[in-house]
Amino acid sequence: MALVELRNVSKIYHLGGEEIRALDNVSLDIEEGEFISIIGPSGSGKSTLMHILGCLDTPTSGTVKLDGIMIQDASPRELAAIRNRKIGFVFQFFNLLPKLNVLQNVELPMIYSGVPARERHRRAMAALEAVDMANRAKHRPSQLSGGQQQRAAIARALVNNPRIIFADEPTGNLDSHTGETILQLFRRLNAEGRTIVLVTHDPEIAAVTPRRIEIRDGRIAPKPDLRLAGLQTRQ
Amino acid sequence: MGPTLVAGLREIWAHKFRSLLTMLGIVLGVSSLVAMSALVTGMERGAKEALIAIGGLARIRIEPAELPAEQRHLADQAVGITLRDVEALEQNIPLVTLTSPEMRIPVTVSANGRTFRPWLCSGVRPAALEMFEHRIAHGRMFNEIDDELARNVCVIGTATRDELWGAPEDIGREIIPVGETLYINGVPFVIIGMFEHYESEQERREREFRQRQQPQPQAQTGPQRDRGWGRRPGGFAFRLKNSTIYLPLNTVWMRFRGLVATTGFGPPRLQATNVVPDRAEPVLSSLEVKLASIEDLPETLQQMRNVLMVTHRGIEDFQFRTQEEWAEQIETFVRNARISGGLIAGISLLVGGIGIMNIMLASISERVREIGIRKSVGASDGDIFVQILAESVVISVLGGFLGMGAALGLVRLVSQLSPTGNEPIVTPLALGVAFGFSVVVGILAGLYPAVKAARLNPIEALRYE
Repeated sequence: MALVELRNVSKIYHLGGEEIRALDNVSLDIEEGEFISIIGPSGSGKSTLMHILGCLDTPTSGTVKLDGIMIQDASPRELAAIRNRKIGFVFQFFNLLPKLNVLQNVELPMIYSGVPARERHRRAMAALEAVDMANRAKHRPSQLSGGQQQRAAIARALVNNPRIIFADEPTGNLDSHTGETILQLFRRLNAEGRTIVLVTHDPEIAAVTPRRIEIRDGRIAPKPDLRLAGLQTRQ
Repeated sequence: MGPTLVAGLREIWAHKFRSLLTMLGIVLGVSSLVAMSALVTGMERGAKEALIAIGGLARIRIEPAELPAEQRHLADQAVGITLRDVEALEQNIPLVTLTSPEMRIPVTVSANGRTFRPWLCSGVRPAALEMFEHRIAHGRMFNEIDDELARNVCVIGTATRDELWGAPEDIGREIIPVGETLYINGVPFVIIGMFEHYESEQERREREFRQRQQPQPQAQTGPQRDRGWGRRPGGFAFRLKNSTIYLPLNTVWMRFRGLVATTGFGPPRLQATNVVPDRAEPVLSSLEVKLASIEDLPETLQQMRNVLMVTHRGIEDFQFRTQEEWAEQIETFVRNARISGGLIAGISLLVGGIGIMNIMLASISERVREIGIRKSVGASDGDIFVQILAESVVISVLGGFLGMGAALGLVRLVSQLSPTGNEPIVTPLALGVAFGFSVVVGILAGLYPAVKAARLNPIEALRYE
C-alpha cells in the first residue's frame, strides 16, 4: 500500500461565477521512502496539489488516503492533528516565527502535540543536530543567514518524526550554492529513509529527484521531458 | 495550556507599553470598583456604629402618645406608662429579654462653681446600662440596693464632666470626678461612676489627628464665643449618649416626682397626665424593652400592645418607637451608593474591555502569518482560539491586579490625607468581585478576536504579507 493515494482528485474554485479547475481528476501514488518532485509553471495547480497532499486543504471531489487515513472528509481538528504528526512543511520563505529563537521554533510542533518540556528540548536539539544547527539554537531567525534559516525550518519539519515532508520551493529564496547544500540535505534525509516531496517550478532542481511529476493545467502531464525542459532553460 | 499562557505572556512582554496602555482601562475600572466599595463599606460601618450605639434594632421604646380621636374623652382616665407595664411585659412576652423604665427630668446641674443643663437626666434601673450599651470607665454603676434605698448617687457621662470640670483636650489632663458631689436642682448627689467617652470611629480618628498636629490657635475676631457644634461632627447619638446623667429610678421618684416628663422628649406638659386620681404606680417617661430577636417584630409588637391595653384599661395612651426607619435609611443609602459606584466602575470596565478587544483585533491582523505558520505545524483552531483568549485574559487579569494595588494605595492615601471621613474598608469580597470582573471582561473582550483568529484559513494566512 502506498503512503499517499490520490484518486480522481479535483479542486474547483468559484471566482465571480466562473469555475476554475485548479486540479482536474488527478490520481497519484507516493510510496514510502520516495524522493519525488512536482514541477510545473506557476498557476499550474502544483501548489493546490501540495496543499491537498499536506492536509492544509480538502479536495472538492475524489479521495485522498494518507498513511491509511482517508482525509477528504476529516474535520479541521483531525486535519490539524495529521499535519502535526504525519507531515512536515518546508517553505520558500522559511516561515520561522521572528519572536522565538531557533530552539523555540523547532519546539513549536511538539507544543501542539503535547510533548513535555524536557522531551521537547531533547528532541529539538537532536533535530537541530541533524541539520548541523545545534550551535545556533539560541539565535533569533533574524540573526541567521537564509541557508541557516532554512535548515532550522527543516529541523522543525523533522522534529515530530513525520511520515512525509513537503518542501515548497525550498531553494527559491537562496543563492545557488546555498540552495545546493539544502538539496544535499534533502538527499541525505531521503537516504536515511524519509519520504520527501519537492515542489518547484525549476526543472533543474527537480532533476535531483529520482521521480518527477509535471502538472499542467491541473492535470498530470503524461510524459514529462525534463531533460529537454532543462536544456531549454539553460539556453 | 502552559505553553499557550507562556506565549501570551511573551506577546504582552514584547509590547510592554502597548499592553500597559491597554490595561489602563481595566486598572481604572477595577480600582474604582474596589475604592468605591471600600468607601461605601466605611460609611455603612459608620452609620451602623451609630445605630448600635443607641441600642440597635432589637430595642423598642414605649412612650406616651396622644389618645386616638375616639378615646379623647377618656383622657382623664389614662394611666400613663407605669411600673405595672414593666411587670406585665416581663411576665407575658417571652421575647422580651430586658426592660428599662425611665423617668426623664429637666434639671440644672451645678458643681465646681459651674452650672449647666444636661440634655438627658433620667432615673433608671441598673439595667439601663445594658439597654443603652453604656460602659462604665471609672467607678461603678449604681445597683439595686442604691435604687431600693433611693440613694443620692449618680453616674455621669463625659460631657457633664467636660462642662463642669473641663475637657481633657482643653485643660491638658483628664479629671475623673468620681466621689465628687454634684447638685441636681440643688439636691446633692455623689458621683459614683463615669461612662467612657463615646465617639464614632470618625471622631476618634479626627481627635487623634488633632493630637498629632500642633495645636493651632484659631484665628478669631470679635468677642469670645462658642462656635457651635459644627466643629464637632459625628453622630448626634454619641453626643446625646455622652451628656447623659443617670440617677436611680426610686431616687427620682422620691425627690423629683413632679418634674417627670410624660410627653416623650421635650418639656413637661403643664397639664401633666401623671396627675392620675389613684396614683398607685409611679409614672414613667418611657419604657425601653429589648427583644431576643427581631424576626417576628410585627407579631411581637401586636402581642405587647395587647398586654399593654389590659394594664392601660383599654386606653391607648402609648405608642411604640423602633429604629427600623433609621436602619432602612442606612440600607437605602448604602444600596444607592453601591449602585451608582458600581455603574461608574462598570462603565470603566466596559471601556477597558473595548480597549482590549481593539488591541487584540489589531494584534491578530499583524500576526496573520504567525497564525498561518502555527496552523501549518499542527495548531488546531482551538489552539489558536485559546492562545488569543489567554492573551486577552492575561492582559485583563494583570490590569485587574494593578487596579487592586492602585485601589489599596488610593484607599491608604485617602485615609492618610483626610482622616476625618469614615475610614474606607477594603473587603476580601470586593477584591474577589473585582478580580472576577477583570477575568470576565478579559474573556468577553477576547472572544471575538479569538474566533476571528481561529477561523483564518491557513493557506491564505501563509500567503499573507
